Amino acid sequence: MNFRKQLKEGVITNNPILVQQLGMCATMAITTSLFNGIGMGLSVLIILTACNVVVSAIRKIIPGEIRLAIFVVVIAGFVTIVDLLLQAFIPALSASLGVFIPLIVVNCIIIGRAEAFCQKNTVAASFVDGVTQGLGYTVVLVAMSVIRELLGSGRFGGGLIDLARGLTLDGTGAGIRIFPEEFGAGILTLPVGGFLTLGFLFAAMQYALKKSAEKKEKAAKKLKKEEASEA
Amino acid sequence: MMEQLTRLLSISLGAILINNFIFSQFLGCCPFLGCSNKVETAAGMGLAVVFVMGIASAICYVVNMLLVALGLGFLQTLAFILVIAALVQFVEMFLKKMVPSLYAALGIYLPLITTNCAVLGVVLLNVQEDYNFIEAVVHGITGGLGFMLAIVLFASMRERIEFSEYPESFKGFPISLVTAGLLALAFMGFSGMKIF
Repeated sequence: MNFRKQLKEGVITNNPILVQQLGMCATMAITTSLFNGIGMGLSVLIILTACNVVVSAIRKIIPGEIRLAIFVVVIAGFVTIVDLLLQAFIPALSASLGVFIPLIVVNCIIIGRAEAFCQKNTVAASFVDGVTQGLGYTVVLVAMSVIRELLGSGRFGGGLIDLARGLTLDGTGAGIRIFPEEFGAGILTLPVGGFLTLGFLFAAMQYALKKSAEKKEKAAKKLKKEEASEA
Repeated sequence: MMEQLTRLLSISLGAILINNFIFSQFLGCCPFLGCSNKVETAAGMGLAVVFVMGIASAICYVVNMLLVALGLGFLQTLAFILVIAALVQFVEMFLKKMVPSLYAALGIYLPLITTNCAVLGVVLLNVQEDYNFIEAVVHGITGGLGFMLAIVLFASMRERIEFSEYPESFKGFPISLVTAGLLALAFMGFSGMKIF
């Protein structure tokens, strides 16, 4: 039950990118193909979960004044582990994400969750929080890369899916062509597209949140009216 | 000598205009979007970043040499972030004692720089591109100048947007991102300057 609530919070109502507005550099920079998007999202999910667990486990013994320094060391440790693992097992991903893997250290999502959530909650709750917030992050990255790839070059799943070979992990998959490349808005695959796509996603999220708030308000009003008329 | 100067010039031009840290590499977007409500605060933040990026490039160059010499290359990320955090703290204390006027001007922006990915980014790029000491420092300072140029331009645009009309759903963050996108589009024009 609690998991479902946290899942909803992580993915929708308290989404790390679209609502908390954290960790946007990497979001805009690497979402040029589905391969990058999923790879980055899952890397952050793993690091976030591991850091959440460790920080909440040691939350009672770290002195308040130097807690940020300790968080940073924990995060940097896990980032290094993931960085080395990627270099060893999925070198193509490591090459195409470049400096953005080590830069997860300064990704505000992780230090933000450590500060805002793990300091006050148990290990189990922090673990769930890491997974759900990481999922929220991954969902946005995947959405961004699908939009940018599809509208920019008319493909889906570049680097990850190959019609002849199925799923590939070496970053060479050609993706599935939805429409010919010359009809794509190539600008979306450039850095400019990162800003624009994220801007529009943000706007859509604000619109949706506002609509749902209005709907709830209306329902509450209606309920009140009914109660009043019954009385 | 001449060759070295040309190389430095090409690094500077690249860092400020062509590969601007924000508009083409997406490094330092959080402070770029967060501290750009007013031109004055943006200039303060930019100045602080130039300062820290220059010093961080110099110190991390030495630290990296040490790490490589000791065969501890895998500790790079950890060492760099600690150096940057300590450096920011140190710069803050130094300025408070020695140059109070500059400290007052930079104020709260200094501690924020620790989590600015432009600083860690420039240090990592220095290593990746195999720059020597002078090139690394020049890259750091000019990268900071590029950041400053971007954030000041962006802040002055945001000040004007405050008074214009646009769809309500775009209020706040989304319109800033779209603005930044258009600014990035303008900066793409500089890519024709790759002459070196």
